[in-house]
Amino acid sequence: MPAPISLRRYYDVNGWFFVVPALGLIAVFMIYPIIWSLWMSFQTGRGLVMHFGGLANIVRLTEDPVFQLALTNTILFFVIQVPIMLTLALFTAVLLDDPKLKFAGLIRTAIFLPCVMSLVVYSVIFKSMFVDDGVVNRALAAVGAISGPIPWMSDPFWARVLLIVAITWRWTGYNMIFYLAALQNIDRSIYEVARIDGVPATARFFRLTVPMLKPVILFTTVTSTIGTLQLFDEARNIVASDTSAGTAGPGDSVLTLSVYIYNLTFRFMPSFGYAATVSYVIVILVALLSFVQFTVARERD
Amino acid sequence: MPLPRLLNRIGVYGFLGAMALLSVFPFIWMIVGTTNSTGDIILGHLGLGHAFLDNTQKFFTQANAPLIFWNSAKISLLGTALTLAVSSVAGYGFEIFRSPGRDWLYAGLLLTIMIPFAVLMIPLFMIMGRLGLINTHIAIILPTVASGFVIFYFRQATKAFPSELRDAARVDGLKEWQIFLYIYIPTMRSTYAAAFVIVFMATWNNYLWPLIVLQTNEMKTITLVISSLASAYYPDYGVVMVGALVATLPTLIVFFAMQRQFVQGMLGAIK
Repeated sequence: MPAPISLRRYYDVNGWFFVVPALGLIAVFMIYPIIWSLWMSFQTGRGLVMHFGGLANIVRLTEDPVFQLALTNTILFFVIQVPIMLTLALFTAVLLDDPKLKFAGLIRTAIFLPCVMSLVVYSVIFKSMFVDDGVVNRALAAVGAISGPIPWMSDPFWARVLLIVAITWRWTGYNMIFYLAALQNIDRSIYEVARIDGVPATARFFRLTVPMLKPVILFTTVTSTIGTLQLFDEARNIVASDTSAGTAGPGDSVLTLSVYIYNLTFRFMPSFGYAATVSYVIVILVALLSFVQFTVARERD
Repeated sequence: MPLPRLLNRIGVYGFLGAMALLSVFPFIWMIVGTTNSTGDIILGHLGLGHAFLDNTQKFFTQANAPLIFWNSAKISLLGTALTLAVSSVAGYGFEIFRSPGRDWLYAGLLLTIMIPFAVLMIPLFMIMGRLGLINTHIAIILPTVASGFVIFYFRQATKAFPSELRDAARVDGLKEWQIFLYIYIPTMRSTYAAAFVIVFMATWNNYLWPLIVLQTNEMKTITLVISSLASAYYPDYGVVMVGALVATLPTLIVFFAMQRQFVQGMLGAIK
């Protein structure tokens, strides 16, 4: 029968017609840059004068204290910030999931609202709130939490704390929405049975809620990890940085890998090859951590 | 109500109330800040002041506000429209017409979502240089038009597109592109609305790529201008607050007008 074959051909041709524009653009603006970047990471030299350097850039990574600081900062932000934020988001979502809770819609909207603000805008607003005599230090002093102003802008430790607080503010509601959506799909009768059987609330949370939310916890962990590893907008805008000198925060305390790559490329005499090598460090970290998170999640089955 | 249960309720409402207040506070701070002088803002003044007109006027004259707002609006609306067009067509194509080769391509496409922008930015900058597109708005739009994430989003949504509709249209003699244009798009209106919200947000708020590509003041977006206003050694925070409010209003309006699509768009990834 020739008819089905020509029909099949007809749909095949049409199918390619639908996906080709997007694939073409992705080839030019995604695949080609990915390969070019990889090739560049083996090139050394300044500006456009580049030559093959083998593993020279990788050796340079091991001898570059600024890179190591950026790497340490980036990992530090991810290791501390992601667990705090996701715990807070999950806890809030579980409380909000109570059908008898009043004002649940209003509270949910309020907590989600930070997602509306752009990363640069919330960074500059936080910057204005955390200046020495600013509203945050005054509020902390008013409730007696501090005796003198916290030097958020000039002390490396507090600058990092500020960045973590800010990112948590911006993304907790976002992650909470994912948990709320997943909680709504859980059959409530399971909880009723557990409650009647006398299972305490904490056990219900750890034995029932957490296992059932595992896929979405994994999803939020992976996306938050990828996001934190690419941190740029906040690191460059939140703490008073000397952007013309290319530093990020006091003593480069909030210098992230992305900011360093930007500086290597567009601030200093461009070092394209080395910058590309640093960017592949992020790729490796993303791949490695995603793999670890998937593996851990599978083992807990 | 027994005492432990009462304490529990107080704890729950106290915690959620504090979370809600802390989440909303920077918005209040921003709005109040537009009415205060910079001197009052850095002293943490929480009341309404009288500097609103002064701040607004400075923002409009110093930063050439109408032009940069127009730049941002143009890039975001055009970029979002093109992204939705190209990526929804591809998402539909991947779901409806399947062949083994296309599944491999799709898997590769999903992997590109994980690629950090830092990897792309140097080659992209060089590509735009060769095309003579540095310091143009086209250079901002082009790399985002075919988005792995948006294609994925539309492919997931297309699974709910009834195949009976498609079959009936084919029997009626409609061509494939006509089915897409006249049946798919109107049926999937809410999917488009949700995708519009997330893509518009992303382009309106984009910072790193415009920072690299846009080099003269008259080409800059509102996000870039706010960043440079606030990175001055002594930032004029009153002006920064007006800029922040102007930059946030469009996304805030979209959020309240389309809250359901907004949340649906964000959740799109896991459905």
